[in-house]
Amino acid sequence: MRPLKIVVLAKQVPDTRHVGPDAMKPDGTVNRGKLATVFNPDDLHALELALNIKDRIPGTHVTILTMGPQKAADIIREGYYRGVDDGIMISDRRFGGADTLATSYTIVQAIKKIADYDLIVGGRQAIDGDTAQVGPQCADKLNIPQITYVEEVLTIEEDKIIARRRLENGVEVVSSPYPCLMTVHGSSPECRSRHAKNVMKYKYARTKTEMRKGDPILEELHKKRPYLVIPEWSVEDIVADEAKIGLAGSPTKVKSVSSIVLTANESKVLTDSDSDIEGMIKELIKHHTIG
Amino acid sequence: MDNFFKDTPDFKFHLKDPILKKVVKLKEDNFEQSEKFDYAPLNHEDAIDSYEKILEIVGDICANTISPNAEGVDLEGPHIENNEVIYAKGTTEDYKALYEAGLIGMSLPRRYGGLNFPLLPYVMAAEMVARADAGFANIWGLQDCAETIYEFGSEEQKDKFLPRFNRDGATAAMVLTEPDAGSDLQAVKLKAVFNEEKNTWILNGVKRFITNGDADISLVLARSEDGTSDARGLSMFIYDRNDHAVEVRHLEKKLGIKGSPTCELVFKDAPAELVGKERFGLIKYVMSLMNSARLGVGAQSVGIADAAYREALKYAEERAQFGKVIVNFPAVYEMLTNMKLRIDALRSLLYETTRFVDIFKAYEEVMKDRKLEKEERMEMKHYGKLSNVFTPLIKLTASEACNKIAYDSLQIHGGTGFMKDFPIERIYRDARITSIYEGTSQLQAVAAIKGVTTGVYFEQIKAYDAEVSDKNCEIRTKLHKMTEEYQSISQSVIELKNNELIDFHSTRLVEMAGNIIMGYLLVLNSQKDDKFIKTARLYVNLVRSENKERFDYMTGFSVENLEMYKNVDLEALQQ
Repeated sequence: MRPLKIVVLAKQVPDTRHVGPDAMKPDGTVNRGKLATVFNPDDLHALELALNIKDRIPGTHVTILTMGPQKAADIIREGYYRGVDDGIMISDRRFGGADTLATSYTIVQAIKKIADYDLIVGGRQAIDGDTAQVGPQCADKLNIPQITYVEEVLTIEEDKIIARRRLENGVEVVSSPYPCLMTVHGSSPECRSRHAKNVMKYKYARTKTEMRKGDPILEELHKKRPYLVIPEWSVEDIVADEAKIGLAGSPTKVKSVSSIVLTANESKVLTDSDSDIEGMIKELIKHHTIG
Repeated sequence: MDNFFKDTPDFKFHLKDPILKKVVKLKEDNFEQSEKFDYAPLNHEDAIDSYEKILEIVGDICANTISPNAEGVDLEGPHIENNEVIYAKGTTEDYKALYEAGLIGMSLPRRYGGLNFPLLPYVMAAEMVARADAGFANIWGLQDCAETIYEFGSEEQKDKFLPRFNRDGATAAMVLTEPDAGSDLQAVKLKAVFNEEKNTWILNGVKRFITNGDADISLVLARSEDGTSDARGLSMFIYDRNDHAVEVRHLEKKLGIKGSPTCELVFKDAPAELVGKERFGLIKYVMSLMNSARLGVGAQSVGIADAAYREALKYAEERAQFGKVIVNFPAVYEMLTNMKLRIDALRSLLYETTRFVDIFKAYEEVMKDRKLEKEERMEMKHYGKLSNVFTPLIKLTASEACNKIAYDSLQIHGGTGFMKDFPIERIYRDARITSIYEGTSQLQAVAAIKGVTTGVYFEQIKAYDAEVSDKNCEIRTKLHKMTEEYQSISQSVIELKNNELIDFHSTRLVEMAGNIIMGYLLVLNSQKDDKFIKTARLYVNLVRSENKERFDYMTGFSVENLEMYKNVDLEALQQ
């Protein structure tokens, strides 16, 4: 089997799983300054899926792509620590405030610049917005097939890739020709650890913007080891239409946000009797919670 | 996410010690290695930063893979299938995680695929792995064997065997013990004969109690000199599992560390390569291997102690009786605090010892390339001497203390601790072996007593005392008093020139020295970090009374008493 060229889409997100009391502002929006940032969990699964293909087919080339502020360069470094070959950072103030439509447009422009790829993988969804839209939108814009909710890549053949999808009521095995896009489900294998040698090799990987702080030792090192320079793509680099990116390109407007606090009096105590269970199921079906 | 490195600030503290600067510089050829290897440090700060980052990976794997697997591994254990040892499922996962993170062969030079780490960060990793699963710590810790091949093997052997550790995740075993050669390895019988025709050494015989006996690469102690019966007839060999000439006859059923396979092996015309020179097997190579292993057991003991302490603390903070959580009862909080004091003290001794060994080994390494300057030679000798008496000291004190700490932790759990429901029952069982293998506590005392008789401990205590900045502090006065008592009682025992009496009191004398040394180490720590101020004070108070007890006992002991001890109830037994 020939080696594949894989692009991993990854996002840095606020760590919404470990929230403190200051996580939300009084107006109900996320207080980003108070939340630690992490590698989006589903995207780590996507990274593992890509690296696993690299293990299976030596010579496979994995590029990690992220969009975000400078701090998101951590995502690229994390990718290097775990074994990717290349990292690209899409970063420009003008990309800020993007909804899923503007985000997928931006990513697609970057992928068009990369041009040569067989497979694009990303997490099913990000834990900040929980939309699960960006992956499918990218596939649509690139006009390539997509396999969502992937749990495992079963076979990699010359002209097609076969994967198992994790669905609500079971699993489904599907195949797709190349190039295609996959979104990866959290039930797929956890991402491998950082590799000790990669951490030491890439810990000084920086974008040009990050290097502006001025560190003579690092500048010298970057000259000697060009692989430590993380490419940084701006609006111009990916030839993006400014009307389609950032806030301007985002039709989604948040009308209002409510802070919902669930209180104890909204709970009901049920016994394990058949009549109680039946009553609960009927109620849940009536309110369309299930069924 | 939980991380055993991040939740133990002591590691970073001990990495700051100035002695490490010298070690790192020597190990990194004055940082010239960064020209050849893209993962070598540029300077000292860079090296420390790398150690911390890599230890963070270890801490992550320990907290999120090895520790959660420990219970399953303890229950399942290894088994034999087609003459092959199959690890418990969790053990395989644990090893794979560490291998995939590039953590096998941490202290091997880079040209063999290693990370070229000093022992200090490696021993810290070993402590964390032991805290996660003490049994698994053995399997991972046997990468020490690679060090021995590196130190004493030929260039050809190094090229052949060493890259397999990091690249393939090769496992290793020290194959020493036999049914009639346990503590007394001079009695080893496994036969090695050179076969001219095949141009190889051939091994035949039985080995017993071999940890990880079915490893990829084994170091085997065997009798190469026909007709001998002592240490001088023994040589060391490398056996490669790919030769399939060893039968794994039996796996021992054990009290603890159940995940670590303990094998009985039968060598049947097994081809093997001689390491170094004939006849040096026990007297040189095994001694070196054993010293690394003893430091490893020191780390393992501290790891187990820390695990036991944390379990006790968690339980005591949650468990309520008589209307309050039990951590608020004096009997409980005293036990908890004493555990913590001991762990802080032992950890300080562990990493002090490791630094001594580190410098000594770094000079040994330099000696291969160039002649040492006179000053360097003196320093190497100095740290070699310290390593020789500090290594058995940490093995003895840490293993004994970890048993006591596990005991107290189980006690705090009450009846619940006796059940299988909490990790403490496993930790308690796992702790038990530490004071037995790699030389029992009693044998450690035999090695460590040289620190007493030659005055090496006393000299080092004086050196520590000179470093105490507050010359008038109360705690220093107490340490002075302890030192006086130690010096006077040890001198009075030594002056009698009765070796049997020295042996009789050896553990007591060594422990007295250990208590003073650890007291000083905590005081010196407190000069750099305030969090040790309280620990130092409470620890010295505690061990002051322990030393006093030993002092009084020995003061009132006369040589004649030995006879009475010897004959105790022997007659009753004979009847």
